[in-house]
Amino acid sequence: MSIDQLSIYLYVIGTGITVVVFYSYIVYLYRSEKRGEKDYEKYGKIALDDEIDSAPVESNPDSVNKNKE
Amino acid sequence: MQSNAAMEYDYSIVKLYMWTTVIFGIVGMLIGVIIASQLAWPQLNYWLGEYGTFSRLRPIHTNVVVYGFMISGIFVGFYYSAQRVLKVSMGESKLLMTLGYLQFFLYLIAASGLVISEGMGITTSKEYAQMEWPLDILIVVIWVLWGVIMFGLIGMRREKALYISMWYYVATFLGVAMLYLFNNMEVPTQLLSGGLGAWYHSVSMYAGTNDAMVQWWWGHNAVAFVFTVPIIALIYYFLPKESGQAVYSYKLSLLSFWGLMFIYLWAGGHHLLWSTVPDWVQTMASIFSVILILPSWGSAINMLLTMKGEWNQLTDNPLIKFMVLASTFYMLSTLEGPIQAVKSVNAIAHFTDWIPGHVHDGVLGWVAFMVFATLMHSAPRVFKREIYSKSLLEAQFWIQTVAVVLYFTSMWIAGITQGMMWRAVDEYGNLMYSFIDTVNVLHPYWVIRAVGGTLYFIGLLMFAWNFFMTATAGRKLETEPQFRSPMA
Repeated sequence: MSIDQLSIYLYVIGTGITVVVFYSYIVYLYRSEKRGEKDYEKYGKIALDDEIDSAPVESNPDSVNKNKE
Repeated sequence: MQSNAAMEYDYSIVKLYMWTTVIFGIVGMLIGVIIASQLAWPQLNYWLGEYGTFSRLRPIHTNVVVYGFMISGIFVGFYYSAQRVLKVSMGESKLLMTLGYLQFFLYLIAASGLVISEGMGITTSKEYAQMEWPLDILIVVIWVLWGVIMFGLIGMRREKALYISMWYYVATFLGVAMLYLFNNMEVPTQLLSGGLGAWYHSVSMYAGTNDAMVQWWWGHNAVAFVFTVPIIALIYYFLPKESGQAVYSYKLSLLSFWGLMFIYLWAGGHHLLWSTVPDWVQTMASIFSVILILPSWGSAINMLLTMKGEWNQLTDNPLIKFMVLASTFYMLSTLEGPIQAVKSVNAIAHFTDWIPGHVHDGVLGWVAFMVFATLMHSAPRVFKREIYSKSLLEAQFWIQTVAVVLYFTSMWIAGITQGMMWRAVDEYGNLMYSFIDTVNVLHPYWVIRAVGGTLYFIGLLMFAWNFFMTATAGRKLETEPQFRSPMA
């Protein structure tokens, strides 16, 4: 097999793997939301409600506050 | 806001980088106007001896706008928005504050060293990596400090989830670190040759085609991880915050992120199409460049859709204008780049004026517009003052938009004309045009570019004045604005 033929096979396989990986990720994102395991869209509020004393969307148990306690 | 001073966001470092953004912007873009004028009127090359020639000034222009103006603007965005989306103040850690000041002052030393050394003609001659090894080491220290501060803030955060902008900041840190280290592997000549040459000179550790491939792996990914990734971080925070609209689809932002990370790193070889690098590298780079449209447009469309139902803000808020046009220019340049990376198109486009045309619709329309919006959105919160003049901001927007259009349209026409003339042959296969024939045809377009650059620079001066007056004389604000930035 020449290097040209090998590169063609690798491109086809590589493109296929890329398509599968990214579509799987899309399916994973939507499916986990549909099952109620995740709510990705709530994270969009992090930018809007960004006062230092406002309630976090998800509190970090290891935050600086905990360390001070 | 709590009464405890420690519970306020600390913008001391932000303020420092704001001023370097403005100053480096003026210096870098003024040199840009000068060298654009030199291309139109070559006699301008001789106004300051060797220090005023195009070849000496051009690297100073690119380095000062990229590593001075843009990086400062990105640090403004980072030190401002990272605290807010992580809900932690820099002021809560004396160590992080100390490292922040140290990073800034080392950055000032490196930036000054860059301008002085390149002004003296000391350069590695690798494009966008011209700094010699002592400065390279300093850059690594600055970057590591940034990483320590970033991960320090992440470690202290109250908000558990990392907002999408933080993903892009982390990617910027890791991407530039990896690429910078590999491309700047160099051998200091005097230290390792028994005393030959000046102490600051070095040669690349790679040679020939390998050097070119590593160089453009870096060169293009400097575009990726300085012009693109951190600017997306800025727009994902500043557009939703200024408009009061959450990002249209958080899931799309995640998908676009991974798409961009996976695909961008493979596209650098498109700078070497039709050169001596292996054909498969060229084809691979070309394919990945075309695929790159998808994640790029994913982010840009996500930004435009964030304004869904709120397009009225576009008419009466100049900061929204800057950001919406920035994402539109991002779409334009991320479509144009892949078109140029198609091998048959590249056969015409390579080495022509179309390339700087492409770069500038990206950097002037996308990057710089986002940097202006970042500074002006932050200014009322950082200085606790209203933006000095809305009408000045509006005028700046329109002058600079016209300037970008003049720049890239003239370079499109000039580049394609140039590429066609270089390739044209008569019935016997002889080249039809000499180099000077192309110069005569292209001269009017170079004049238009110089005019476009001058208009953009005038807009920058208006911005600098507006920013200075906001910081010093804007009407004082009692409370921090939640979304829309107040302006007089």
